[in-house]
Amino acid sequence: MVQWTAEERAAIQAVFAKLDYKSVGLESLTRLLVVYPWTRRYFGGFGNLFNSEAIMANPKVAAHGTVVLQGLEMALKNMDDIKNTYASLSELHSEKLQVDPGNFQLFGDCLTVVIATRMRTEFTPDIQAAWQKFLAVAVSALRKQYN
Amino acid sequence: MLSNTEKELIVQIWDKMIPVAEDIGSEALLRMFTTFPKTKTYFSHLDISPRSEHLRCHGKKLVQALAEGARNISTLTTTLAPLSRFHAYQLRIHPTNFKLFNHCILVTLACHMGENFTPVAHAAIDKFLSAFSAVLAEKFR
Repeated sequence: MVQWTAEERAAIQAVFAKLDYKSVGLESLTRLLVVYPWTRRYFGGFGNLFNSEAIMANPKVAAHGTVVLQGLEMALKNMDDIKNTYASLSELHSEKLQVDPGNFQLFGDCLTVVIATRMRTEFTPDIQAAWQKFLAVAVSALRKQYN
Repeated sequence: MLSNTEKELIVQIWDKMIPVAEDIGSEALLRMFTTFPKTKTYFSHLDISPRSEHLRCHGKKLVQALAEGARNISTLTTTLAPLSRFHAYQLRIHPTNFKLFNHCILVTLACHMGENFTPVAHAAIDKFLSAFSAVLAEKFR
Protein backbone atom coordinates (compact mmCIF):
# COMPACT_ATOMS: atom_id res chain seq x y z
CA MET A 1 0.00 0.00 0.00
CA VAL A 2 1.22 3.50 -0.78
CA GLN A 3 2.30 5.51 2.26
CA TRP A 4 1.64 9.23 2.32
CA THR A 5 3.25 11.64 4.77
CA ALA A 6 1.15 14.44 6.23
CA GLU A 7 3.18 16.90 4.18
CA GLU A 8 2.49 15.00 0.96
CA ARG A 9 -1.26 14.89 1.64
CA ALA A 10 -1.24 18.62 2.39
CA ALA A 11 0.76 19.41 -0.76
CA ILE A 12 -1.54 17.40 -3.02
CA GLN A 13 -4.67 18.93 -1.43
CA ALA A 14 -3.12 22.38 -1.91
CA VAL A 15 -2.56 21.76 -5.62
CA PHE A 16 -6.13 20.49 -6.12
CA ALA A 17 -7.60 23.43 -4.21
CA LYS A 18 -6.14 25.75 -6.87
CA LEU A 19 -7.36 23.73 -9.85
CA ASP A 20 -10.11 25.16 -12.04
CA TYR A 21 -11.06 21.78 -13.55
CA LYS A 22 -12.54 23.26 -16.70
CA SER A 23 -9.64 25.52 -17.61
CA VAL A 24 -6.83 23.23 -16.42
CA GLY A 25 -8.47 20.17 -17.96
CA LEU A 26 -8.85 21.91 -21.33
CA GLU A 27 -5.30 23.23 -21.36
CA SER A 28 -3.75 19.93 -20.25
CA LEU A 29 -5.59 17.96 -22.91
CA THR A 30 -4.68 20.61 -25.50
CA ARG A 31 -1.00 20.31 -24.60
CA LEU A 32 -1.21 16.52 -24.81
CA LEU A 33 -2.68 16.73 -28.32
CA VAL A 34 -0.18 19.41 -29.43
CA VAL A 35 3.04 18.16 -27.83
CA TYR A 36 2.33 14.47 -28.50
CA PRO A 37 0.24 14.50 -31.69
CA TRP A 38 -0.11 10.70 -31.89
CA THR A 39 -2.57 10.95 -29.00
CA ARG A 40 -5.10 12.43 -31.44
CA ARG A 41 -5.74 8.88 -32.58
CA TYR A 42 -8.05 8.44 -29.58
CA PHE A 43 -10.18 11.49 -30.36
CA GLY A 44 -11.33 10.85 -33.93
CA GLY A 45 -14.89 11.93 -33.11
CA PHE A 46 -13.85 15.29 -31.64
CA GLY A 47 -13.80 17.30 -34.87
CA ASN A 48 -11.17 19.97 -35.49
CA LEU A 49 -7.91 19.13 -33.70
CA PHE A 50 -5.76 20.69 -36.38
CA ASN A 51 -3.74 23.16 -34.30
CA SER A 52 -3.35 24.61 -30.83
CA GLU A 53 -6.00 27.34 -31.32
CA ALA A 54 -8.56 24.93 -32.78
CA ILE A 55 -8.03 22.44 -29.96
CA MET A 56 -8.35 25.10 -27.22
CA ALA A 57 -11.64 26.26 -28.82
CA ASN A 58 -13.04 22.74 -29.21
CA PRO A 59 -15.99 22.18 -26.81
CA LYS A 60 -15.52 18.37 -26.84
CA VAL A 61 -11.93 18.78 -25.67
CA ALA A 62 -13.10 21.13 -22.90
CA ALA A 63 -15.78 18.69 -21.77
CA HIS A 64 -13.38 15.78 -21.79
CA GLY A 65 -10.70 17.73 -19.92
CA THR A 66 -13.17 18.25 -17.07
CA VAL A 67 -14.04 14.53 -17.07
CA VAL A 68 -10.38 13.58 -16.69
CA LEU A 69 -9.82 16.03 -13.82
CA GLN A 70 -12.95 14.71 -12.09
CA GLY A 71 -11.43 11.25 -12.46
CA LEU A 72 -8.28 12.45 -10.69
CA GLU A 73 -10.45 13.92 -7.95
CA MET A 74 -11.75 10.39 -7.29
CA ALA A 75 -8.18 9.35 -6.59
CA LEU A 76 -7.69 12.35 -4.31
CA LYS A 77 -10.78 11.42 -2.28
CA ASN A 78 -9.54 7.82 -1.93
CA MET A 79 -5.81 8.34 -1.60
CA ASP A 80 -5.32 5.26 0.51
CA ASP A 81 -6.92 2.93 -2.00
CA ILE A 82 -6.44 4.37 -5.46
CA LYS A 83 -5.86 0.92 -6.94
CA ASN A 84 -9.37 -0.33 -6.16
CA THR A 85 -10.98 3.05 -6.80
CA TYR A 86 -9.62 2.92 -10.36
CA ALA A 87 -10.36 -0.77 -11.09
CA SER A 88 -13.32 -0.14 -13.39
CA LEU A 89 -11.68 2.94 -14.98
CA SER A 90 -8.66 0.80 -15.75
CA GLU A 91 -10.81 -1.84 -17.36
CA LEU A 92 -12.61 0.84 -19.38
CA HIS A 93 -9.33 2.24 -20.73
CA SER A 94 -7.84 -1.16 -21.56
CA GLU A 95 -10.84 -3.14 -22.83
CA LYS A 96 -13.13 -0.54 -24.35
CA LEU A 97 -11.05 2.55 -25.16
CA GLN A 98 -7.88 0.55 -25.87
CA VAL A 99 -5.53 3.37 -24.93
CA ASP A 100 -1.79 2.67 -24.90
CA PRO A 101 -0.98 3.20 -21.19
CA GLY A 102 2.26 5.01 -22.06
CA ASN A 103 0.01 7.97 -22.86
CA PHE A 104 -1.23 8.27 -19.26
CA GLN A 105 2.24 9.36 -18.20
CA LEU A 106 2.28 11.95 -20.98
CA PHE A 107 -1.06 13.42 -19.88
CA GLY A 108 0.27 13.60 -16.31
CA ASP A 109 3.36 15.47 -17.55
CA CYS A 110 1.20 17.98 -19.47
CA LEU A 111 -1.04 18.50 -16.44
CA THR A 112 2.04 19.12 -14.29
CA VAL A 113 3.32 21.73 -16.76
CA VAL A 114 -0.06 23.52 -16.75
CA ILE A 115 -0.08 23.57 -12.95
CA ALA A 116 3.45 24.99 -13.04
CA THR A 117 2.39 27.83 -15.39
CA ARG A 118 -0.47 28.70 -13.00
CA MET A 119 1.18 28.25 -9.61
CA ARG A 120 4.65 29.46 -10.70
CA THR A 121 7.01 29.87 -7.73
CA GLU A 122 4.38 28.35 -5.42
CA PHE A 123 4.92 25.05 -7.24
CA THR A 124 8.05 24.33 -5.21
CA PRO A 125 10.26 21.26 -5.78
CA ASP A 126 8.74 19.60 -2.68
CA ILE A 127 5.17 20.22 -3.83
CA GLN A 128 6.09 19.01 -7.31
CA ALA A 129 7.56 15.80 -5.85
CA ALA A 130 4.41 15.04 -3.84
CA TRP A 131 2.17 15.87 -6.80
CA GLN A 132 4.16 13.63 -9.15
CA LYS A 133 4.07 10.78 -6.62
CA PHE A 134 0.27 11.11 -6.60
CA LEU A 135 0.17 11.06 -10.42
CA ALA A 136 2.50 8.03 -10.51
CA VAL A 137 0.15 6.11 -8.21
CA ALA A 138 -2.89 7.13 -10.29
CA VAL A 139 -1.16 6.10 -13.54
CA SER A 140 -0.06 2.80 -12.04
CA ALA A 141 -3.64 2.07 -10.92
CA LEU A 142 -4.94 2.89 -14.40
CA ARG A 143 -2.47 0.40 -15.87
CA LYS A 144 -3.42 -2.38 -13.46
CA GLN A 145 -6.14 -4.08 -15.51
CA TYR A 146 -4.11 -4.26 -18.74
CA ASN A 147 -3.17 -7.83 -19.60
CA MET B 1 11.28 17.51 -36.91
CA LEU B 2 11.47 21.21 -36.08
CA SER B 3 9.90 23.88 -38.27
CA ASN B 4 11.73 27.17 -38.82
CA THR B 5 9.21 28.93 -36.57
CA GLU B 6 9.93 26.42 -33.82
CA LYS B 7 13.70 26.83 -34.22
CA GLU B 8 13.34 30.62 -33.84
CA LEU B 9 11.09 30.20 -30.82
CA ILE B 10 13.64 27.86 -29.21
CA VAL B 11 16.49 30.33 -29.72
CA GLN B 12 14.35 33.18 -28.33
CA ILE B 13 13.49 31.25 -25.20
CA TRP B 14 17.02 30.01 -24.48
CA ASP B 15 18.53 33.46 -25.10
CA LYS B 16 16.26 34.74 -22.32
CA MET B 17 17.51 31.98 -20.03
CA ILE B 18 21.22 32.75 -20.43
CA PRO B 19 21.26 35.70 -17.98
CA VAL B 20 19.48 33.53 -15.38
CA ALA B 21 21.29 30.31 -16.25
CA GLU B 22 22.27 29.60 -12.64
CA ASP B 23 18.72 30.03 -11.36
CA ILE B 24 17.07 27.97 -14.10
CA GLY B 25 19.69 25.22 -14.12
CA SER B 26 19.91 24.78 -10.37
CA GLU B 27 16.12 24.82 -10.04
CA ALA B 28 15.69 22.14 -12.73
CA LEU B 29 18.30 19.98 -11.02
CA LEU B 30 16.74 20.46 -7.59
CA ARG B 31 13.31 19.53 -8.97
CA MET B 32 14.80 16.41 -10.53
CA PHE B 33 16.58 15.36 -7.32
CA THR B 34 13.44 15.95 -5.22
CA THR B 35 10.93 14.21 -7.52
CA PHE B 36 13.26 11.46 -8.75
CA PRO B 37 15.69 10.73 -5.90
CA LYS B 38 17.50 7.99 -7.82
CA THR B 39 19.03 10.71 -10.02
CA LYS B 40 21.09 11.83 -7.03
CA THR B 41 23.22 8.69 -7.39
CA TYR B 42 25.19 10.43 -10.16
CA PHE B 43 26.16 13.33 -7.95
CA SER B 44 27.80 11.81 -4.89
CA HIS B 45 30.87 13.91 -5.68
CA LEU B 46 29.00 17.23 -5.36
CA ASP B 47 27.10 19.12 -2.70
CA ILE B 48 23.64 19.20 -4.30
CA SER B 49 21.76 20.71 -1.37
CA PRO B 50 19.42 23.61 -2.30
CA ARG B 51 21.25 26.86 -3.11
CA SER B 52 24.68 25.19 -2.85
CA GLU B 53 27.53 26.59 -4.92
CA HIS B 54 27.97 23.23 -6.72
CA LEU B 55 24.30 23.08 -7.65
CA ARG B 56 24.28 26.63 -9.06
CA CYS B 57 27.55 26.09 -10.92
CA HIS B 58 26.44 22.80 -12.43
CA GLY B 59 23.02 24.18 -13.29
CA LYS B 60 24.65 27.08 -15.10
CA LYS B 61 26.78 24.71 -17.21
CA LEU B 62 23.72 22.70 -18.24
CA VAL B 63 21.71 25.75 -19.32
CA GLN B 64 24.66 27.18 -21.23
CA ALA B 65 25.10 23.88 -23.08
CA LEU B 66 21.38 23.84 -23.93
CA ALA B 67 21.56 27.45 -25.15
CA GLU B 68 24.58 26.57 -27.31
CA GLY B 69 22.64 23.66 -28.79
CA ALA B 70 19.65 25.93 -29.43
CA ARG B 71 21.85 28.26 -31.50
CA ASN B 72 23.21 25.32 -33.51
CA ILE B 73 20.18 23.09 -33.95
CA SER B 74 21.06 22.01 -37.49
CA THR B 75 24.53 20.89 -36.41
CA LEU B 76 23.73 19.34 -33.04
CA THR B 77 25.81 16.21 -33.63
CA THR B 78 28.97 18.20 -34.39
CA THR B 79 28.35 20.89 -31.75
CA LEU B 80 27.71 18.35 -29.02
CA ALA B 81 30.36 15.80 -30.03
CA PRO B 82 32.64 16.41 -27.01
CA LEU B 83 29.67 16.35 -24.60
CA SER B 84 28.38 13.24 -26.32
CA ARG B 85 31.69 11.43 -25.79
CA PHE B 86 31.78 12.62 -22.17
CA HIS B 87 28.30 11.25 -21.45
CA ALA B 88 29.04 7.93 -23.16
CA TYR B 89 32.49 7.07 -21.90
CA GLN B 90 32.78 8.86 -18.61
CA LEU B 91 29.41 9.72 -17.13
CA ARG B 92 27.61 6.60 -18.42
CA ILE B 93 24.22 7.82 -17.27
CA HIS B 94 21.29 5.42 -17.66
CA PRO B 95 19.48 6.90 -20.69
CA THR B 96 16.06 7.05 -19.00
CA ASN B 97 17.40 9.86 -16.82
CA PHE B 98 17.56 12.30 -19.73
CA LYS B 99 13.76 12.27 -19.91
CA LEU B 100 13.50 12.98 -16.19
CA PHE B 101 15.81 15.98 -16.44
CA ASN B 102 14.06 17.23 -19.61
CA HIS B 103 10.70 17.10 -17.82
CA CYS B 104 12.09 19.15 -14.93
CA ILE B 105 13.48 21.72 -17.37
CA LEU B 106 9.97 22.03 -18.85
CA VAL B 107 8.42 22.49 -15.38
CA THR B 108 11.07 25.11 -14.49
CA LEU B 109 10.43 27.03 -17.71
CA ALA B 110 6.67 26.80 -17.07
CA CYS B 111 7.08 28.23 -13.55
CA HIS B 112 9.23 31.09 -14.83
CA MET B 113 7.34 31.94 -17.99
CA GLY B 114 3.79 31.30 -16.79
CA GLU B 115 1.24 31.62 -19.59
CA ASN B 116 4.03 32.68 -21.98
CA PHE B 117 5.05 29.03 -21.96
CA THR B 118 2.35 28.34 -24.51
CA PRO B 119 1.42 24.87 -25.84
CA VAL B 120 3.38 25.68 -29.02
CA ALA B 121 6.48 26.73 -27.03
CA HIS B 122 6.08 23.61 -24.85
CA ALA B 123 6.00 21.38 -27.94
CA ALA B 124 9.03 23.09 -29.52
CA ILE B 125 11.16 22.89 -26.38
CA ASP B 126 10.13 19.27 -25.71
CA LYS B 127 11.17 18.31 -29.24
CA PHE B 128 14.43 20.22 -28.89
CA LEU B 129 15.26 18.55 -25.56
CA SER B 130 14.50 15.10 -27.05
CA ALA B 131 16.80 15.79 -29.99
CA PHE B 132 19.51 17.12 -27.66
CA SER B 133 19.32 14.02 -25.39
CA ALA B 134 19.36 11.70 -28.40
CA VAL B 135 22.66 13.23 -29.50
CA LEU B 136 24.07 13.00 -25.97
CA ALA B 137 23.16 9.30 -25.84
CA GLU B 138 24.30 8.60 -29.42
CA LYS B 139 27.64 7.04 -28.55
CA PHE B 140 26.34 4.93 -25.65
CA ARG B 141 26.55 1.80 -27.78
